[in-house]
Order: sequence, then structure tokens, then C-alpha cells
Amino acid sequence: MGRKLLIHNDKVPNIHTLEVYRAHGGYASVEKALKNMTPDQVTDEVKKSGLRGRGGAGFPTGLKWSFLAKPEGVPRYLVCNADESEPGTFKDRYLMEVIPHALIEGMITSSYALGAKASYIYIRGEYFYVARIVEAAIKEAYAAGWLGKNILGTDFSHDCYVQVGGGAYICGEETALLESLEGKRGNPRIKPPFPAVAGLWGCPTVVNNVETIAAVCPIVMMGGEEYAKIGIGKSTGTKLISASGHINKPGVYEIELGIPVEEFIYSEEYCGGIRNGKKMKAVVAGGSSVPILPTELILKTAKGEPRLMTYESLGDGGFQTGTMLGSGGFIVMDEDTSIVKNLFTFTRFYHHESCGQCSPCREGTGWMEKILKKFLNGTANESDVELLWDIQSKIEGKTICPLGEAAAWPVAAAIRHFKHEFLEIARNKKFVDVSHYNRLNKVTA
Amino acid sequence: MGAEVHGTQSFDKKKRAEIKFSDAAMAEVKEIISHYPPERIKSALLPVLHIAQAEFGGWLSPETMDYVAEVLRIKPIEVFEVASFYTMFHLKPVGKCTFEVCQTSSCWLNGAEDIVKYIEKKLNIKVGETTRDGMFTLKTAECLGSCGTAPMLQCGASFHENLTYDKVDKLIEKYRSENRLRSYTDKDYQNTL
Repeated sequence: MGRKLLIHNDKVPNIHTLEVYRAHGGYASVEKALKNMTPDQVTDEVKKSGLRGRGGAGFPTGLKWSFLAKPEGVPRYLVCNADESEPGTFKDRYLMEVIPHALIEGMITSSYALGAKASYIYIRGEYFYVARIVEAAIKEAYAAGWLGKNILGTDFSHDCYVQVGGGAYICGEETALLESLEGKRGNPRIKPPFPAVAGLWGCPTVVNNVETIAAVCPIVMMGGEEYAKIGIGKSTGTKLISASGHINKPGVYEIELGIPVEEFIYSEEYCGGIRNGKKMKAVVAGGSSVPILPTELILKTAKGEPRLMTYESLGDGGFQTGTMLGSGGFIVMDEDTSIVKNLFTFTRFYHHESCGQCSPCREGTGWMEKILKKFLNGTANESDVELLWDIQSKIEGKTICPLGEAAAWPVAAAIRHFKHEFLEIARNKKFVDVSHYNRLNKVTA
Repeated sequence: MGAEVHGTQSFDKKKRAEIKFSDAAMAEVKEIISHYPPERIKSALLPVLHIAQAEFGGWLSPETMDYVAEVLRIKPIEVFEVASFYTMFHLKPVGKCTFEVCQTSSCWLNGAEDIVKYIEKKLNIKVGETTRDGMFTLKTAECLGSCGTAPMLQCGASFHENLTYDKVDKLIEKYRSENRLRSYTDKDYQNTL
């Protein structure tokens, strides 16, 4: 069994209540930080821990915190990015729904380190009921004195609020999130300035993912160095993985970074292998935007080494033969899956979610969806594969925010590793969805 | 201003005069406004639009948006440009229960298309349409964060997961007998995580 730091108590009855959470050691990091540590010491521990942003980009959290501008007389804000929308990702929802106080504890401890007197948790609108759960927990925290004025009798006062979004994937991008939090359309801002200098209402702001903020609590309790001993190299600590697709046991798993991908997919502790005795065909390892890999490349790198669940090992080989850990949205597909059709669902998603600010993304995602539709209709030509490749190559790097890349990468990877599937459809002028029968079985079961 | 600002929808001054939050909704709105610095009241727009949509028939009419602008002391166009950006705000009337079936990757891998077809047949409507009795609207949605419990649909605040045809049957039966508006803001959500 791997070590768990975030959801080790998820099966404890009523762990969503303050009373039970506290009885299991909850809010100890707030006590430790506020009573025995300076804000800079907390930041130092986060730096030493090697914690990297768990939302997808993997940027070192301590470093992000150290960029925060601290001009006199200007309020600073911590904003939690709970706009979890990357297809294949549902870990933040699980954490907030089951152990909401883990996030609130992290918000208080992190805000103390950053000197933020107010913080906002921006939750995607579709998770309205999750926002209700987090709001109820915040109410409990206020009543018990963990939030509000002079927490634990110290000089530190803090207010924490929830805001719900309106349904827009783009608001997971931190500057779009800030726009949305300000009551506007979720159009990403041009950087610089970065939020650390001019974020919410023009004030210095740190935006961190739910899991990142929750991880601050164990880091403060065990110390950054101890935390960094878990994992391999620059992939330290534990990570929540959302596992879905054709596996026996879909769900949220907390893993120690560094376990082999093969173990994660096939062991009973995690995914429990492929459903219905089928063979695995491909995996999207880190949410819809990361490159899809065929079985042989997800289990082993191009050099023949076992692929591990770390930022570096999954990235080994670059995009030619590797992928990314991303948000940890781990989608497994069996042998009957059409890669072309799965790609169509991704591309339709990005077309739907493009904010429309930049032409390459706004137009390109639509063109790609249209061409993929031709494949599903059986009207595509072989030259359409080249056209698709050409379009995706002209989106990457040409947009304000990374949604453009996120839309281009899955198209590139599907063509790179499964070109034969596209060509077969184009040659036969026919698309047959062979996985249909299997899915229907599951649905009627 | 309404007619020009809100495009194709007509603006009814009489209707507009009748729109007013209930005391309970107004209390909630005031609580939300208190979360932001006084000069940043516009930040309350998204949550207040959710409340308005639930209060005034499940969609945002030009009159409703005009009223929200007044409450938040901003221009109606500022409300419209936001309401038209986010998928959860309906700018046309919808049924009492809107089924939003997730269709992205993991849900597709687990039969979301079959669920959509089944509901279409059962309710005799196509995606985007509302049943004649105004009870159900069927929509498709992009990833709702329920990939491990696919296929799923959202109706108001509730997530209905690990769907089967049988579950869909029961859901339709239940909602039909309850015969009330289902909103994202509902507090009696049921989720099946």
C-alpha cells in the first residue's frame, strides 16, 4: 500500500464535518503554522517539499508563491482554482465533496504564508452542490474560530468565500478564472503582468489548484524535506489520479509518485485491469489535452524502461513517444475503441469551449471538428489526415492561453500513433463503431 | 434599452415591472454581495444570475437580465455579455427539468450516445428540444467531472451517474410526478458518487 496524505480518511463516516475532521487531526497545520512558524517559514517548507501545481501545468508551488508581489497597503489574495473541467479529471470534486475541510485548512495555512486576508474558492458552476458542501464547511470553520478575526488568538485574520462559475472550461485558465471572478466573460488575459503582480482586481494574487492547496497541510505537518522523500526526483509527494474508461475499478486514487504505470492499471489496489477481459489499446494519462499513447508506449518508454507515474517518466521521449502527467485524468481505452471517434469527442469539446478571442483557436478547433466529422460520416479522403495535421500545427503557440495547444496536442498525437486508423476509414469510405456492442452491454447491465 | 441589447428577444416593460426577488432570494443575493469589496459588486454577477435563473422560470429573459443589472448597479449589456458566454445560463425558455447528458470521452466510452438516443426516443424529442408539456428539455453537455461514474446526466443540482436505461426510466417517472422546476441552486440535490 502506498502512503496517502490527502484522502487517507475518505472512508471515515462523517469526515465532511468539522468535528470528525478535527478528531482525525484536522486543522493541525493551521495551529502549527500560526503558533510556531513565520509566513516565510511556511513558504520555505513548501519550497523544500518540491510540490508542483496539481492542476496540470506542474509549476513548482513554492516558486509561484515567492513571485507574489507585496507592496505596502495593497491587499493580496489567494484564489483556489476549483474549476475542474479537464475531461477525465474528477479528483478535486471528490476531495471537496468528501473532505471539504482539507481544502479549507489548506486555504487558511496557505493564506497565512502569503499574507492574504481574503481568499476565494472558484468552483465550476456544474459542481453547484459541491459548492454547497464547501460553504457548509466554511460556516462550521467560522463558528469554531478557524476563520474570521484573530484566528487562534493571533494577529492573523482571514475570510474565505466560495464563488460558483457559469459553465466554461476556459475559466480553469488562471487569468480567465480571475476575469470570471470579477463578474466578466472568461477571456484569458495577456501575460505579463502575471497574477502574482496584478491578479484579482489588479491586486497581487496566487491561484492554486484544490489538490495543491490541500497538500500544503501535510507538508507543514511533516516538513518539506520529509514530503520530498516520497516520490522520485522532481516528482515529489503523492498525487490524486482520476481513473476512468474501460477499467474494472474507475475512481479517484492517491498514489505515491513513482509507481509503475503498469502497476497502476493492472493491480487490484488501483484500476484492477481492463474490463470484460479485453486488451488495452491506448491511454490518455493526464487529461484530454495530453498526447494519447498506445499500450506499448504507455507501459514502457521508447528506450524500453518501465514507464512510471512521474512528471519526468511520462514526459520521457517528448511528444514523439511520451506524454504528460497533466491533471492526472487517466483515461484507459480497450481494444475495441475507435481512436478517431474518441478524438472527435475531445475536439468537439475544445471547439465548444474555445472562448473565441484568438482566431487560430476559435476557427481551428471548428475546422478540426468538421474534418473529424467527415471521418465519422465516411466521407473523408486520405488527404484530410494531412489537412488535420496542418491545422493543428498552426494553432500551437499562436494563442493567448494554452487552450489552443490543449486542442492541438490530442489531434497531433492521435495522428502520430494511430494514423492507420484514419487512413483505413478514408480508404474504405466507411466508419464502423465496433465498441458499440460492449458499451450497450454495460449500459443495460 | 432591452430590445436592442438583448437581440432577438422582445422586451416587455410590464413583465419587467413585475420582476422582483423574493425576500429569501434577496437575502441570499445580499449575502453574496457582502463577499466582495463594496466597489467590486460586479463580481457577484455569476452567482446572482444563478439565483435569478432559478427564481424566474429557469431561464434568463431580457427582463430578468435588466433587473439583475439594476440590483448590481451595472449596465444591462454587462449582464448580457456574461450570460451569453457561460453555458449554464439559458437565454431561451427551457422545460422544468433539463437533462444535460455528458458526451465527452469517458462518458462516450461508456455509452453516453446510447443514453441520449434512449431519452430522445422515450421523450419523443431531439437534443435541444423541449417536450410539449414543458416538462423536459434534453441537452448534451461537455465533461461534467463524472468520468469515473460514466455515463451520467445532470439535472439541476443533481448528478445522476452510472446511468442505465432502467435508471433513466425511473428518473423520468420521478421528475414527472414531482412536476417542479429543477435548478442548479436546489438545495435538495441528490448525487450518487
